[in-house]
Amino acid sequence: MSEPMVITYRDAMREALRDALATDERVFIMGEDVADYGGTYAVTKGLYEEFGRDRVRNTPLSESGFVGAGIGAALGGLRPIVEIMTVNFSLLALDQLVNTAATLLHMSGGQFNVPLVVRTTTGAGRQLAAQHSHSLEGWFAHVPGLKVIAPATPSDARWMLPTALADPNPVVIFEHSGLYNDRGPVDPNTGPVGIEHAVIRRAGEDLTIVAWAGMLPKALEAADQLATAGISAEVIDLRSLRPIDLPTISSSVLRTHRAIVVDEGWRTGGLNAELAAAITETCFWTLDAPVRRLASSEVPIPYSKHLETAAIPQVADIVAAAHDLTGGGT
Amino acid sequence: MNTDHDVQRRLLADMIRIRVFEERCAELYGESKIRGFLHLYIGEEAVASGVMSCLQPDDAVLATYREHGHALLRGVSAESIMSEMFGKSTGCSGGRGGSMHLFDAATRFFGGNAIVGGHLPLAVGLGLADQMLGRTGSVTVCFFGEGAMAEGEFHEAVNLAALWNVPVLFCCENNRYAMGTSLQSSESQVNLALKAASYEIPAWSVDGMDVMEVHRATTKALSAIRSGGGPMFIEFQTYRFRAHSMFDPDLYRDPAEVERWKERDPITTFAGRLVADDVITDDELEAMWAAARDETDVAVAAADAAPIESVDTLLDHVTRPLDQPPVDPAQVSGDHDEVDEVWP
Repeated sequence: MSEPMVITYRDAMREALRDALATDERVFIMGEDVADYGGTYAVTKGLYEEFGRDRVRNTPLSESGFVGAGIGAALGGLRPIVEIMTVNFSLLALDQLVNTAATLLHMSGGQFNVPLVVRTTTGAGRQLAAQHSHSLEGWFAHVPGLKVIAPATPSDARWMLPTALADPNPVVIFEHSGLYNDRGPVDPNTGPVGIEHAVIRRAGEDLTIVAWAGMLPKALEAADQLATAGISAEVIDLRSLRPIDLPTISSSVLRTHRAIVVDEGWRTGGLNAELAAAITETCFWTLDAPVRRLASSEVPIPYSKHLETAAIPQVADIVAAAHDLTGGGT
Repeated sequence: MNTDHDVQRRLLADMIRIRVFEERCAELYGESKIRGFLHLYIGEEAVASGVMSCLQPDDAVLATYREHGHALLRGVSAESIMSEMFGKSTGCSGGRGGSMHLFDAATRFFGGNAIVGGHLPLAVGLGLADQMLGRTGSVTVCFFGEGAMAEGEFHEAVNLAALWNVPVLFCCENNRYAMGTSLQSSESQVNLALKAASYEIPAWSVDGMDVMEVHRATTKALSAIRSGGGPMFIEFQTYRFRAHSMFDPDLYRDPAEVERWKERDPITTFAGRLVADDVITDDELEAMWAAARDETDVAVAAADAAPIESVDTLLDHVTRPLDQPPVDPAQVSGDHDEVDEVWP
């Protein structure tokens, strides 16, 4: 077998898609400009030349229409992978995802499951302003009937997709646009990995930092900086936003007694609030400090670089919060 | 035997089955046996009867929340439909759906959809699956009201269907009111077939109060679609004799208008024709009503006697479990070796 390669997140996701198309003839990709254009973020680049226009299928700008068609195709026996250009555009398909994909199995008394995969980009950092930069994954994580995942490493980009495709339920994949050029090891021998688990990316003793998607690299960098100051931070990659792997998180916090949740979404009613509440419920008697939330400022994401940077949690914010929680470090 | 007459007798019996079932539902609502929203199909029976009689077992059907009759004629038993409305575990959706969400995998009946227009894109996807998986000859039939034609999802779905040439028959049941909003108030273009035809698909309008007209139009459309003709649209002009739902005081319609339409009752007019033409006798007609009453009586008795779901099953059918557990991601990559000891 071949050795692990160091490749970008984008290439890892493309390899996952190529493998899915090559190994399962029921799989097809559809979305806006996924074919000749190669996808807005070039994730599907080259796939239509290899698999043809039926299986790498351009759609008109009809998010509700083609997500609904994806649901129907899944009901009809296909395994659609629907690409929605950004999470902001996914709101045009919210009816299909929330009212239909998430409800059909239940409403039909267990008869009709929807094996649909939806991929969309999320997150700020590219100066795309207030209609292309938001982090709304928490909204989807609110909905029973959906599974919501956020691969944050090239290895997860490569190996969470096949599990999502094998899942009999609708799975929404959030890909942070700032991760596409990140490089990391991808082992061709790994194989499909569980999508409902959180993973400890860095072990530590003094506090637990829970992050996902675009916040994971920032949390890891913050942990590096904290280590030089003598603070040992454990970093958990949430990976699965629904269901939430609370056992992994709470068992960590029960050891470290302190927690910071880092969310690129807004604070009010955000996934960060859910996590902070869940940690408090399960770990209250062992906490040495209140659970801290770092989230985006309550503002539509602005265009100007310095304003955008100020709006979303940064490494320095995480470091400062960790010092604060641990009493200033050593 | 005259096969034309057989078809006519069947269509009449089908309409009568729906009428009797629906009238019984109204009574049961009054008795609080059925709750939630209840939308009756009384007056519109010719549409479902004429269309459903043309379908094959491999075809797929999607309907609206006014779908008891469609489910019944698709082959979902009156007992399981009634049990569903009673909220019982023997209902066709296990008591999770109710009147608006009848589903049946065995007959490819995909609801029972209560977001107006929301199921039209699903029809495109089901048609796409037939096309891509080589199930030549299968058709997806999608019923919706004229109110859905003001929704964006109608336009997105028909555009996609036309672009991809999928085998879908769009059946618009134009009963002239979207709840209480008249066609003239909700559509700038009240010629609905013209609207659909702008997507370059065959589209036409037929008298939805005449079951033979519905049957003929559907036969013609399905024959073309099954042989690769792509999606088509038929507007069936019809009328509901009852209010929109059991909560609707029906303040928006002139009672005289309702009475005028009742003169065109699809059952009495068709039955009158068949008796006059000696296709059926008065006794045979009465036997159809009696058979429908028997069917409904049996269904009601069974629904009454059926058990309710245990509350222990409350969280069933939210997500379906995976066939095989995948690899634990914590064991994946070498740079995480140091965390093994901290796993619970």
